[in-house]
Order: sequence, then C-alpha cells, then structure tokens
Amino acid sequence: MVTSIGSNMDVENVAENRRKFLGRSSQGLGTVALASMLGPSVLNGADVGNSLGAASLPQKAKRVIWLSMAGGPSQFETFDYKPKLAKMSGEPMPESFTKGQQLAQLQGQQLLCLGPQFPFSRFGTCQTEISTLFPYIGSMADDICLIRSMTTEAINHDPAHMFMNTGSQIAGRPSMGAWVTYGLGRVAENLPGFVVLVSTGKGRSPQPIAARQWSSGFLPSRHQGVQLRSHGDSVLYLGNPSGITRDQQDLDVRAINELNRFQDSQEHDPEIATRIAQYEMAFQMQASVPELMDIRNEKKKTLELYGCQAGDGSFASNCLLARRLAERGVRFIQLYHRDWDHHSLLKQELPLRAAEVDRACAGLIHDLKDKGMLDDTLIVWTGEFGRTPMSQGDKGPIGRDHHNKSMSMWLAGAGVRGGQVYGATDELGYAAVENVCTVHDLHATMLHQLGIQHDSFSVKFQGLDAKLTGVEHANVLHDILV
Amino acid sequence: MVDLPYRFPRRTAIPSNRLISPKTMTTIHIRPLVLLAVLFGIPEQLSAESPVPDKILFNRDVRPILSDNCFFCHGPDANHRQADLRLDVREEALKSGALDAAKPDAAKPEAAKPDAAKPEASGIVARIFSDKADVQMPPPDSHKKLSARQKEILKRWIEQGAVFQQHWSYEKPHKAEIPTGQNGVDALVHNRLSELGLKPASQADRRTLIRRLYSDLLGLPPSASEVDTFLRESGDANSELSATKADTAYLALVDRVLKNPHFGERMAIHWLDVVRFADTIGYHSDNPRNVWPYRDWVIKSFNDNKPFDRFSIEQIAGDLLPDKSQETLVGSAFNRLLLSTEEGGAQPKDYEARMLTDRVRAIGAAWMGQTTGCAQCHDHKFDPFKARDFYALGAFFADIEEPIIGRREDGMVVATADQQAQLAKLDAALTDAKTKRDAILPWIDVAQQQWESDLVAYDIILPELAADAKASDPDKKTAKQVVEIVKKADKDRKPNEKTIVQTYFRNKVTKLYQSERDAFAVADKERQAYFAQLPKCIVSNSSPNKRTVRLLPRGNWMDESGEIVKPGLPSYLPGPKVEGRELTRLDLAQWLVSRDNPLTARTVMNRLWKQCFGMGLSKVLDDLGAQGEMPPNLALLDWLACEFMDSGWDFKHMVRTIVTSETYRLASTANADQLAADPYNREHARQSAFRIDAELVRDYALAISGLLASDIGGPSVKPYQPDGYWENLNFPTRDYPSDKGTSQYRRGLYTWWQRSFPHPSLLAFDAPSREECCSERNRSNIPQQALVLLNDPTYVEAARVFAARILTERPGTPDERIAWAWQQALQRAPRDEELRTMRGLLDQHLEAYRKDAKSAEDLLKIGFSPSPESLDKAELAAWTHIARVLLNLHESITRT
Repeated sequence: MVTSIGSNMDVENVAENRRKFLGRSSQGLGTVALASMLGPSVLNGADVGNSLGAASLPQKAKRVIWLSMAGGPSQFETFDYKPKLAKMSGEPMPESFTKGQQLAQLQGQQLLCLGPQFPFSRFGTCQTEISTLFPYIGSMADDICLIRSMTTEAINHDPAHMFMNTGSQIAGRPSMGAWVTYGLGRVAENLPGFVVLVSTGKGRSPQPIAARQWSSGFLPSRHQGVQLRSHGDSVLYLGNPSGITRDQQDLDVRAINELNRFQDSQEHDPEIATRIAQYEMAFQMQASVPELMDIRNEKKKTLELYGCQAGDGSFASNCLLARRLAERGVRFIQLYHRDWDHHSLLKQELPLRAAEVDRACAGLIHDLKDKGMLDDTLIVWTGEFGRTPMSQGDKGPIGRDHHNKSMSMWLAGAGVRGGQVYGATDELGYAAVENVCTVHDLHATMLHQLGIQHDSFSVKFQGLDAKLTGVEHANVLHDILV
Repeated sequence: MVDLPYRFPRRTAIPSNRLISPKTMTTIHIRPLVLLAVLFGIPEQLSAESPVPDKILFNRDVRPILSDNCFFCHGPDANHRQADLRLDVREEALKSGALDAAKPDAAKPEAAKPDAAKPEASGIVARIFSDKADVQMPPPDSHKKLSARQKEILKRWIEQGAVFQQHWSYEKPHKAEIPTGQNGVDALVHNRLSELGLKPASQADRRTLIRRLYSDLLGLPPSASEVDTFLRESGDANSELSATKADTAYLALVDRVLKNPHFGERMAIHWLDVVRFADTIGYHSDNPRNVWPYRDWVIKSFNDNKPFDRFSIEQIAGDLLPDKSQETLVGSAFNRLLLSTEEGGAQPKDYEARMLTDRVRAIGAAWMGQTTGCAQCHDHKFDPFKARDFYALGAFFADIEEPIIGRREDGMVVATADQQAQLAKLDAALTDAKTKRDAILPWIDVAQQQWESDLVAYDIILPELAADAKASDPDKKTAKQVVEIVKKADKDRKPNEKTIVQTYFRNKVTKLYQSERDAFAVADKERQAYFAQLPKCIVSNSSPNKRTVRLLPRGNWMDESGEIVKPGLPSYLPGPKVEGRELTRLDLAQWLVSRDNPLTARTVMNRLWKQCFGMGLSKVLDDLGAQGEMPPNLALLDWLACEFMDSGWDFKHMVRTIVTSETYRLASTANADQLAADPYNREHARQSAFRIDAELVRDYALAISGLLASDIGGPSVKPYQPDGYWENLNFPTRDYPSDKGTSQYRRGLYTWWQRSFPHPSLLAFDAPSREECCSERNRSNIPQQALVLLNDPTYVEAARVFAARILTERPGTPDERIAWAWQQALQRAPRDEELRTMRGLLDQHLEAYRKDAKSAEDLLKIGFSPSPESLDKAELAAWTHIARVLLNLHESITRT
C-alpha cells in the first residue's frame, strides 16, 4: 500500500499533507482525516485505510454476510424443539419461570404455554433437529453451527437491533459493519466496504428499520453502511440526471477535477487531492454498481439455486447479490428480511417467511462453497431477539411475544465448526441454561474470526476506549470454532 | 499527537502484514499518530514524542498519562479500584507509598532533590519500568502501554516532588491582564507565539476575509455587490495610509453582519446539534412531534443577542420563571427534545430510565462539557462525577409532565400577536354566536317534543325508512333507533339516546331558527380550523406529582433496590447551599450559568472558537474532563470564558471580539516552516481552511443560483428526496411529498429532521441524526458527496437556474459570462486556465445539445421551477453544465 502512495505522491509530501490535514480534523479520532487523506486512489487496490495495520490475530474470515431476520423469529418454530412445551401447550406457564421477569406485550396477561406449531426433523449426518419449514437449510446442517443459547439485553425492536448491531442500546454508536471496515479497511475498488440490502416479507405491516442500524456512529463517515436498493437508484444519487449522458458526466467530472487541480497548485490543500479522488471514485461507482446489481447474466441454474428472478427485490435476490458483493471484495454485507414479528398469525405467517429465506440461505452457502469462498466468508443468521414460549392471543390468531432470555441463531463458514449445536435452553425454552452466550460474545467471536482481538480494538470516544464488545467482559466462543 | 516531528523517515514498500509486529500490536488504540506510524512503519514512540520538559506540570504532562492508563483501576470509581490504590488524589496516593520518593517533601517540592535522587524507590516508578508481567504497570492484559517519554515524565514528576493540581477545568477560570487597547485574543495568542518563537502569517486578502466572515457568521456567500462595497470602502490594499480605512471598513462589515438576521440561523445550526433538535421522536415508528417553534426561538435568541445565561435558563426552566411567557415556555421545549417511543410492548420503567439518562447526558454535553453517560452504571472512571451525581441531576427533571410511552401531545399554541388577536376575535364571534343559539334552543326543544308526540301518535314513517328511500345504512340505522327511542318516556331514556333523538331532530327535521344555528356552526368551525393551523410546540410543564428517582444499580431499571435520589448539583463543584426546600430545574439552570460553575463558559467559548477556527482551543469539544485535552493555550480559553461572563454573557460581544482580532484575520495558507512548527495549527499563527457544514453546502448553491428563499423560521420543509428513501419506516408507512413553491428553496437548517432517516443529501455531508447531543460533526470527504452535488435534483436545478441567470443577467461573450459567473459563485475573476477549461467544456456540451434537443429538454425539466421560455434550450442546457461544474468545485464548498 505504501507503494501505491509512492506511485502517486511523494511519501514525505503525503506525510506533510496528512499532518496539515490532521490539524484541521475536528475529531480526537483524526482517522477521519487519515481516511480522507488517503483518498480512494490510494485506498483502491489494497487493504488500506486499515486501522489495525495488520490484523492482530490470524484471519479466518475475510468478509461477513449477516442475514438479519428483522422482527425476531420464533426459535420454537425454527431451531429449538421443546417436547415438554408441546405437552404443556395451553396450560399455564409455571410461575417459577416468569416471576419478576421482563415482558413486552404480555405484561399483566395470563401466561399460557404454546407448543411448537410445526414438526421438527433431524437433518444431516450431525442429525441436528430443525423445523420442517426449513428443508433447504436443513440440507446444509453439516455446514452450520446452531446456537440455541443466545441471549440479548433489549426486548423492543429498535433498541434490540441497536444492541445487536452496535453492542449498545444508546443511539450514535457505530454498527459492526462500520467497525469492521474501519478496522480492516476495504478491498473492493469502487464499492463501499459495508453494504446493506433490505427486503420485506409479502403481506403484513412489518416493523420499521432505521438507517442508524448501519450508521458509522462516531467512526469516520466513509465506514457508514451504504444501502443498495432494488428500485430507483441502487445507491442514492447514483444515476445521472436525465438529459446527461455518461460521456457528458465524464466531461464535467474531468473539468471539476482539472479546476480543482489548478486550485491545488494555488493553495496546496491536501483536501483538494482527496476531493479529486472522490470524484473519480464516484464516477467509477456510477458504472460499477449497476454492473454489480445486474444479475441477468447469472446462469439460470444459479437463479434456481437461490430461488430468485432478476429484479424481484426479494431476499433471495439479495442473497445472490451478497455473493456478488463478496466476490468483489466487499467486507461486510448485511441483509435484512423484515416481518418476523409474529405476535399473531404465527401459524399462518411464519411458514411464509421461512419459505422466503430457506432456499436462498442454503443456496448462498452452497454457492460460496462451490466457489471456494465459504472458507473465508462468515455467514450469520439471527433475529434481534427471540420469542416467548408463552402464547400471545390479544392480537388475533395466536402468536408469541418478544423475548430476550433465549434465542436461536446460526453461523457458517470461515472457521466455524459445522454440524454442531451449541448451548441449550431449559425444558420449556424460556431461558438459555447451557453455554449461555451474549451478543457481546457473538461480536467478540466474529471479530476473532476476522483477525481482530476484540478487547484491544477500541476508539477514543467521549473519554472512553469505546469497543464494539462494550465495557463488560465478552468471551470468544472458542467451542464453536474449528 | 501535538508534538509530531515534521520529518518522517522515508520508507518505501512495506508489506502490509508486516507493518506492526504482533508484539507491538498488543495495544490498538486507534489514534492518528499510531495510524501514521502504522502507515509509515515508524514505531509509535519515536513518531509521537517531543523532549520531556524540564519542569513537569501535573495538568499538562502527568494527568493525561495517569488518566488514560491508571485511573481506570486506580481512579475515582471506588467499586472498580484495584489494590486499594488511588492515584487521582495526592493524599491517598502518598498513603499507599506509590509516590514514595516524593513523600518526605510533600509540602516543599523544591526541597525534593536529595531524597528524590532515588526515584526507583517509588512504587510507581519501579512498576512502570519493570518488564516482569506480574509487576509491570499498566498490566499487559490491560492493553495499555506507556511510551518511553511517558515513563520519563512520571519519573521526573516524582523526582520533582509529585506535585498535584486540581484538574484544570474544575478550577475557576483565571482572567489574564490584557494591555489596554489590545484585543485579548491577539494578546494571548501572541504571548504563546513569542514563547514558541512562531511568527504569524500575513493577513488574509479582503475577498477571503469577507467570504470567511459570511461563512462563519451567516452561512451564506456574500453577493458580488457586497464584496464590491467592502473592497471599495477598504480603499487601496497596497497603501499604508489606507490601513486604518481598511480596518474601519472591516469593523463596519462586522457590524452589518452581526445585525443580519441570517446570523441567528447560522448560530442555531450548532446549538441545534448540541441539544439534538429534530422533528421526530427517534425510536421505532419515529413519528413527528411539534417542536419547530423551538428552532425559531433559538434563531431569534441569537439574533436578539439574548444573554446566554438567560438563554440557558429559559431552556431548562422557562416554565418555572416568575416572568414566564409564551417565549420562555417555547424555550423550555429543550427539555422535551429527547428520544421517545410509541412501540407496543415498551415498558414505562424502561423508558423512564432512558429518558432520565438522555437528559443527564444532554445537560452534561450542552453546558458542562462533561461525559456523564458512564455514571449511569457506576462512578465515573476518570472524573469525579459519581453515579449519585448522575441520578441527582436526572431528578431535576422528574417533574416534567409527559407521556413516557406513546404519542407526544400537540403542545402549546405558539401564536404571534396578530394570530392571538385573530384567535381572540374568532373566540368572541363564537361566544356571541353561541349566546344567540343558546337563546333559541328552548324553542327548538319545544318543537321537538311536539314532533315526537306526532311521530308516535300518527305512526309517521321517517324518510330514511320509506320503501323507496336511498338513505345510507348508518342513516337507516339511526332512523330506526329514533323510532324506538321516542316510544320511551323521557325519564326512561339513556343520555346517549336523548342525544340521538335531539341530533336527529335538529339536523334532519326542523328548520326552525336555522340561521342562528348555522351561524353558530360556522363560527365553531372557523375557530377550530384557525386553531388547528396555529403553530404548536411541546413545552415543559411542571407537575406536582414528580416521578420517583432511584439510583439504579448498574443502570438496571428492573432493580428497584437503589436509594431514592433528590435533585442535587454535582458534588465535586461548588454550589449554593439551599435548605428547607427541594432544588428545582430553575436552581440547576441558574447554577449552570453562575460563577460557581467553571465549566459552562469554557464549554461554550470552546465551541465558538471551533466555529471560527475549525478546531476547539481544547480539541475535545464534548469532554473538558480528565480524558479531554487541556488547551495548549489555557490562558486564552480562560480569558474568553471570563470575558463572556463579565460581559453579561453577551454572545455577540464574544463573536465580535474574536472576528475582529488580527488572529482571526490571518491567511489560512501555510508554508512548510509553519506546518513543521505547528502542524495542527493549535497556536493560531494562521487561520484554517475547512469544508462548510452540510446545511451550508445547500445554502450556498441555492444562494448563488438565486433560488434561495431567505425568509426566517417556520415549519420544517421537505426538499427533494429520492423516492422510497422512507420505505422502511412504519406505523404508519409514510410518503414524502416534496414541498412546492418557495418552501422547496429554504435554507438547509429548515429541512425536516427525521431522526431514523436524516435527509440523505445532508447526511452525506456529515449532518448528525440528532439522536444524541453532538458537539462536533465529522468532517469527511467521501464519494457520496460528489454524487449528491452532481446528481441530486436540488443541485441540478440550482445549476439550471444559475445558468438562466448567467444568460439573462449578463449579455456578452462566453468569456465575459464565465467571468461573471465566477464573480457570483466565488467572488473572484477566473484565471486564464480556468477560463480555457470552461470554454472548452461549454463548446462540447453546446455541440451535443444542438444535436440532441430532447436531452436538453430533459435536463431543463429537472426541478419544480420553470425555465425562461425565451432562452435557447441547447444553450441553457450547455450553460447548466458550466454552472454545475462551478457549484461542484472544492473552492465552492470550502471556507478558507
């Protein structure tokens, strides 16, 4: 990377510029400046903008694909079968479980057990028990590590998403994607390091998702997640204004850069060089992003593998795009699929969500494996919280309430041991009791696979060494790793 | 970071995986210097260090090291303290023996030398120089590491008697004597410069000066004619005789600018960040709330130069003032700016705690420059702020009436005098109409009785129930109900049954006294309609039923075992003794702006300095505590703070003092020597250049194009925004109708502030979401900024309208027109090479649009404002590109 600096500018000159710029940088961080100083002409082509220098641990995962099932899928209909709960379905929930506990919409209501609504079956040579609603994911059971003992602190959607993404329930903290691109830098030329795709289940009125979920918080803005949209401009303001061709845009960008270079010769402001580089990158993105988004040239077989059609904006399409992003070196790819919030209509709606994601998730694992990329791609599948073993009946046909004492999630790829079930809940699935783990543990483990020692990965913010894994102790879940 | 040496060793290709050996990677605190070191393969210690000073000063040299490396375990937080050793209080540290070498001469540091000859005897020194893992401090697993320089400083400090000082910002500010006739800023900057042997840069040229002043104080570019006036009044720049004239002209310019009503808008932008002003509630559904009158109150307060102490008091306690008014109540909306939720299943106790902590963080950030957030769970690790202080501060706000969960109320009507008069008129008309109507009602009732008895007696079929009736189902249902009810005796009818019959009779049957009844209905409707459109604002109302505030163990709201906490001022700072009553928000507000509190004036002046120089005197704006930075020029910050208080918290006086200083007027370009001597410009031997804020990027484009609607205040507006940007909002789902007419062209600060989805074009230029207080914005330089300036219809339209201005307002050759455009946008003439580039560009675009009329038309259709029909479309389209390039220049969005 230093070579590339050398090829563009004199090394000392860069140093001088950098210092001059740092002088202006408003943040104690200063990396804003650094990022900005380096500019894409330097950033491109190498792992630069890298705040770790070199990763401090061996790196197993080069990138992450995070599949967020927004709304909080029920573990009882997906990955955590509870025969005792089935037996007690309709009976009062024993008070010993629930007394003095935090409840969301079930506050003050009679608490009744609700058994699993769908049969489970054993999959793979590992014989992992998974709901029959997920035959495709089941077919990949030997590749995934299922965690049944995840817990979280928040019990409402918005704070729970924040906690899952940033390790804090206070707004304004960086999302994990921002931390990771900040720490490891970017590989992709002409694409952001952190990309977000959102799809929505067909049917009901899903929970909202705020842009703060992919915010860079107090980290430099360039680490902010960039949402790729399935309609309109795929990146905001990406398209030329009507009446302006790409050639004309090129003329303007060149003129702007030429005039900025004249100005630089007058003022010697390093920000100008950065500005020039940013215009070049923006212009390149205008071509590279549409190319990325265009899946029409994918083989029919591939589209079938995921179960999508070009331009349908589905979760399955986004999974395919995730693979394309991964191929192009994007560091952190986060997919949201909305509408898992089944306070009611659990039996009617959950199978629809399952069908929307099942084949695509399995397709993604399969495809990455085929391309030899599963070994260095970490896939995470999780909601923002779990759901209660108790039924909720006040919102129409029966459902389940939010729950933070137990939830199920899975990981695959990048040194995660497949075919494994980690942790367990009590006999009614109320609380995680064996190998209980926290969101901070998940973050620590993910960072570990990315080659980052979580407790030394910090940024000064408001007088603290702020960390993704927070101030409390977090454990790397070594048991789930190869 | 401050003492960066100028020269870097020249290094070439270093494999990226070898930049830091695993051994040195134990600490990955990400700081610029480390990064530089990383990038250039320089060990951190070498790159970061300047010589150890002969005379060690605790606050300057020692405290930052102890705070960063030791206080976490050996600081104010008793619960987390290790080995019972406390290093932030001298007596405690001495007792422990950690400073042993310093002990014998505690009272007389100058007598330290004989005994201090063996600093190795000190516990600290032995440990920090040790390389044994079990002895070494900080311990290896803390991932903290002292540099050689830091170790040397601690050693020398102990040799010199380990003298402590109270943390600088908790001491009262000291006002330095300024020689008569001198500007305090200049005097104190010059003191430092001569100490350091630095020479100030030359004065900025006048064009730069007026652009700088307009940017900093108004947030708008000066018009070409304003620049002309200023240059004319300044006289000949090269004549020494005219120096006084130039100075007078500048002072007159400052006076004009301070009276310009856009001043309030410019100042408001930063304050609105600090108090996290936004149009929506933040959490989950992120629905709207009525708060914009508060924004206008802030603008007006700055324009009226409301003393800052009063400005503060009205915000925190405007409802508790003896002279409270609509104005002070609108100010008190500050207390309502926090995040709230309407999410189903949200628990009141949870959100009560969130709201309390939100408010404490806001007071800490906005007025005190203190990071209070940590004390939600435990005593502060670095500052003497205790968990008890945190909840005691929160308890001040326990009286504020508000729904904890759910929709905010509409709020107080905020009416101008005219609006109040109009409302009074409508109220009077309504009362009058009501009196007249009430007078006739008894007669109507008599008629109703007659009608009822006829109905029963003659078995009359109501029109809705006739065989061929076309009445709606609800109407039929009502009619059936009426038929049944009238059969009952009056005393057997339920109240709602009486209403059904009465309403039916009055609306459907009788025509008696129709005009009186209509007059009332009209008056009522008019009054309601007028009331509905009046501005409203959620404000503070004090309830006698205060919420109980408990100290929450580890911040856990489900744990109710903590003691009950009453309102109280921070225990580590001096405050008034109040007995016999509970403290109120008014006490808090008055204390914040009292001489007892050493923090507020410093915090506010530090932020103002940043606005005028690009960086605070203490570079960490939101933390004047132990983890912040002691300003290199503390005397200057203290002088500003004292002058601010002495002037009666006169904000404009302080702005004037700063911008009329010679220091402010220096050129921002630096030569290599200046860069080497002071790379970060902490000593102000020159000015700084920086990109303008998000809102201003918009304002400049609109102002230059002539589109800007310059009226002040009003409801927030919705500029163009990409379709579907709000698609992930719900409860309810929302459209984004872009505003039409002049509302489309308002300044950036009036943009609708949707916390969960801030306007993407502002976001790209680092506007904060305002969910938390923000003292300091990022200042990034990213490709999204290029995409916005190139493709956002706001900027395309601005370019098109600017182009139309060029063609209509400046007849002449293309060169003359380009030169004119340059004057409008940049207030200078284009250089030859710039002209050449633009001429070439113009020709190419003109040729293309001459061949492709459709494309020209498409381009000219962007934006709501019409293009003049008289102009040749190809020509206008081509000039739109010229204007577009101008608006995209780095110079156009940079303040120098």
